[in-house]
Amino acid sequence: MNAHAFTLAGCALEARSSGALWIPSERLLCVSDLHLGKSERMARRGGALLPPYETEETLARLEAEISALLPRVVVCLGDSFDDPGAAFAMPEVVRMRLQAIQAGRRWVWIEGNHDPGPMELGGAHLAELSVGGLVFRHIAAAPSATGEVSGHYHPKHRLPRSGTSRPAFLYDETRLILPAFGAYTGGLRSDTPVLRNLFAPRAFAVLTGPRALAVPLG
Amino acid sequence: MTALPPRISDWFASNGWAPHPHQLQMLERAAEEATLLIAPTGGGKTLAGFLPSLAELAEGTHKGLHTLYISPLKALAADIRRNLRRPVEEIGLPIRIEDRTGDTPAAARKRQRADPPHILLTTPESLALLTSYEDAPRIFAGLSRVVVDEIHALNESKRGDQLMLALSRLQALAPGLRRVGLSATVEDPQALARKLAPHPAPCAVIEADPGPLPDIAMLPTAAAPPWAGGGTTHAIPEVLEEVRRHRTTLIFHNTRAQAEIFFHSLWLANDESLPIAIHHGSLAREQRAKVEAAMVAGELRAIVCTGTLDLGIDWGDVDLIIQIGGPKNIKRLVQRIGRANHRYNAPSKARLVPANRFEVLECRAALEAAAEHDLDGEPTGPGPRDVLCQHILIRACAGPFDDTELYREVKTVGAYGGLSRAAFDDCLDFCATGGYALRAYDRWQKLMQREGLWCLRDPRAAQRIRMNIGTIQDSELLKVRMRGRGGKPLGEVEEAFAATLTDGDTFLIGGEIVRYEGLKEMTVQVSRSAAKTPRIAVFGGTKFAASTRLTERILQLIHGDWQSLPPDIRDWLALQREVSHLPRGDRLLIESFPHDSRCHTCLYGFAGRNAQQTLGLLVTRRMEELGLDPLGFVATDYATLIWGLEPVDDPSPLLGPEVLRDVLESWLARNAVMKRTFRASATIAGLIERNLPQNRKSGRQATFSSDILYDTLLKYDPEHLLMRITREEAMKGLVDFGRVEEMLARVAGRIDHVRLDRVTPMAAPLLLEVGKVPVAGKGRERLAEEEAAALMAKAGVRS
Repeated sequence: MNAHAFTLAGCALEARSSGALWIPSERLLCVSDLHLGKSERMARRGGALLPPYETEETLARLEAEISALLPRVVVCLGDSFDDPGAAFAMPEVVRMRLQAIQAGRRWVWIEGNHDPGPMELGGAHLAELSVGGLVFRHIAAAPSATGEVSGHYHPKHRLPRSGTSRPAFLYDETRLILPAFGAYTGGLRSDTPVLRNLFAPRAFAVLTGPRALAVPLG
Repeated sequence: MTALPPRISDWFASNGWAPHPHQLQMLERAAEEATLLIAPTGGGKTLAGFLPSLAELAEGTHKGLHTLYISPLKALAADIRRNLRRPVEEIGLPIRIEDRTGDTPAAARKRQRADPPHILLTTPESLALLTSYEDAPRIFAGLSRVVVDEIHALNESKRGDQLMLALSRLQALAPGLRRVGLSATVEDPQALARKLAPHPAPCAVIEADPGPLPDIAMLPTAAAPPWAGGGTTHAIPEVLEEVRRHRTTLIFHNTRAQAEIFFHSLWLANDESLPIAIHHGSLAREQRAKVEAAMVAGELRAIVCTGTLDLGIDWGDVDLIIQIGGPKNIKRLVQRIGRANHRYNAPSKARLVPANRFEVLECRAALEAAAEHDLDGEPTGPGPRDVLCQHILIRACAGPFDDTELYREVKTVGAYGGLSRAAFDDCLDFCATGGYALRAYDRWQKLMQREGLWCLRDPRAAQRIRMNIGTIQDSELLKVRMRGRGGKPLGEVEEAFAATLTDGDTFLIGGEIVRYEGLKEMTVQVSRSAAKTPRIAVFGGTKFAASTRLTERILQLIHGDWQSLPPDIRDWLALQREVSHLPRGDRLLIESFPHDSRCHTCLYGFAGRNAQQTLGLLVTRRMEELGLDPLGFVATDYATLIWGLEPVDDPSPLLGPEVLRDVLESWLARNAVMKRTFRASATIAGLIERNLPQNRKSGRQATFSSDILYDTLLKYDPEHLLMRITREEAMKGLVDFGRVEEMLARVAGRIDHVRLDRVTPMAAPLLLEVGKVPVAGKGRERLAEEEAAALMAKAGVRS
């Protein structure tokens, strides 16, 4: 099995090694922080000219998850686009690929800090979504919430002995934070206070990569 | 010929001096387009370089910048300014001399642009920055001479290529410009001369009398050097005794960490409180300046230092050089020795202290080579294109340019003499569009053409380009300060090292043991610590590969006469011969043994560190294919040690030259060394920006890693210019595949595989070597899974 199974607010979840979240009972696939169009936005704003392949790369991995799981609902947890302009500037070929994977299922864009407004693409555009006792939003609400699923922080976790550091899910009994799914995204170490303070002492990290590896957040 | 004005010759006479013959020759040839002077340190090399400038400026008629002096070191520029001011003031010449480096205050730099001095002392990076200003044509309009000091030190690095590109620019701005190069001993003066002159013009070489042979030898020590490591605490009593017996001793180390450890031990043994200081590139500027001032004032008896004092700073009274650790390169040893005794015509004196047993062999081999004047040199290839990309961007900052004109300028740089127009256009295209196929939309243009000239699409980009000028690759550094407001700055450590510190950890910096108190606003806060044994600060620092010449000589030594070797080394070699074999040049010795619950295999290729590292990468990749689950390896100049979960029973399938060739291409694609090379080239070429106009962002979180860019390009655009540059750079530098093939051809399949149940005498040092490279593969996954399961079990969770 290439996923770590756990429960949050009574709901059975699977943290997949790809960095996507799967809820079997709802046939719901959730990914966070795709940052589509990041290289395009940086070029547009006079920044570095990054290789413009991250959208292709991110979509290819998303397509692979969708064809493996055949979800009924797909939730993108915010910062799906690097900015609203990036969503509008989406090349036709990308738009068509998105339409193809959206066909036949419910698609929800949760708004993030990078993509606050509605966009032309298909799918519902929501600030939050509640499903089966879980609430999906972009940024974890302070001080606490129950059954909260969020993204935003791009957490990564390091195994102390082998030094392996990878994008990771972080969760405790009340909340879950997803790693970034997008290709050109960095990560925030799980031990930085801003992240650590969001979790109870007993919490877990699930490293992504070749296999999903769960460890105590410690 | 330029005559020496009477005022200047009078000054020589009044000091009881006569100009050296090579100084007069420099005057005679002052009008020539390019001249290279090879002279030993202490031979008045710098004055020889400046004499024509002083003569020409003596009239006081020249307006603005006349002479640029370029040195690879900031400290050197400041030092030369002090030394040059003396004759100028004593003679009363109307010459204004200033330096301009990264350390010069912004206000002074601004003023220098508006009103340049007659002589400006600067570094390659500061010069590149100067050429990027729109007023560069005005600043350099009257420029008449450029003096490049320690040109041999620049010859082997990208800084040198950048400098030569900048000179091609200056030559275009000031067509009458004359170039002078100054150098200590080099193995091939003609090759260096060709680099200095505008291609393909000739360049005269003046070789000064090399002076008497240096007095160099090993420092005998009562205690034998240890098996491994870079510490030389065994030699402390003898080194201290030498310090006592000499006026001023420079104690050179190869790495900053070694220098720190040694300095600490030296202080503990320094019962007489002899004034001894430490100097290296990770120390705060204030600290370094203090040490340099004390040195000049003759207040110090010894300085523990690294390569930052490698170059010709005129320290006056240094009468002994001690080199700690293997010199890696015969030429470098000879040049370091030249630091001692700045009196011309007196032999310089140096003592070598090997840090471990392998280095005894290395030092002995280097001494013999130096005595025979058998210098090593590796040919340098064509100019690197990442540096050219940066040059194009710098040119664009200065204003609109014509591509053909710039191409012609670049071709006058020797290293780029063979550059094709297509290769130049590739670089221009990368700067303009990022070089991504079919993506040349408007917004992808960093440069654009207006009325036939290239210019920045967004003029604001100039600021960012200027902030990222340079070719030196620093890892991320964090400042270290004493805790509290306005705490004393102590120096810098690598971010990766800082990340391993937790509250209460102690480490060494600036010779002090300090306690880690936390990270505050990108500064490591520390307090004084009473601890006796610190954790060790892991500063980076360059690792040179031992030259082919030197490793050949070491192999000869192992198989030759052991009489010149100390008894403990003879015992060590004898023990190695007894339990295993001695490595030979015409066979490849491989040892396999278990250690620390891992299977180890050691390959004694003697191919130099970079090639041994490549061997490690190739062999572990092959092991991965064969299911041997390798976990990592470490390489030295002599051997590669690999460890993994499964034993190597038969090494031959790992080593066939054709097998290695086959894995090379696919391997080149994805490994840590390539990614490191990519990161360096992408930074130089301007794809990745190290410095941003806002406050520096912290760490890796700020942005995606360059590894992600590399992986993406590999998948979608493997023939991208930067990928091609990365392959070329890796092949010639870090990878050194040529030396791997050379070694395999030399041994021609003659492999001695020895299986043992324990570590051998020669393999032992490798276990302690730093710079281990992890191998990402099934073995590592196996370990990560085991570790995760263990952690979960410990937390009482079933997974």
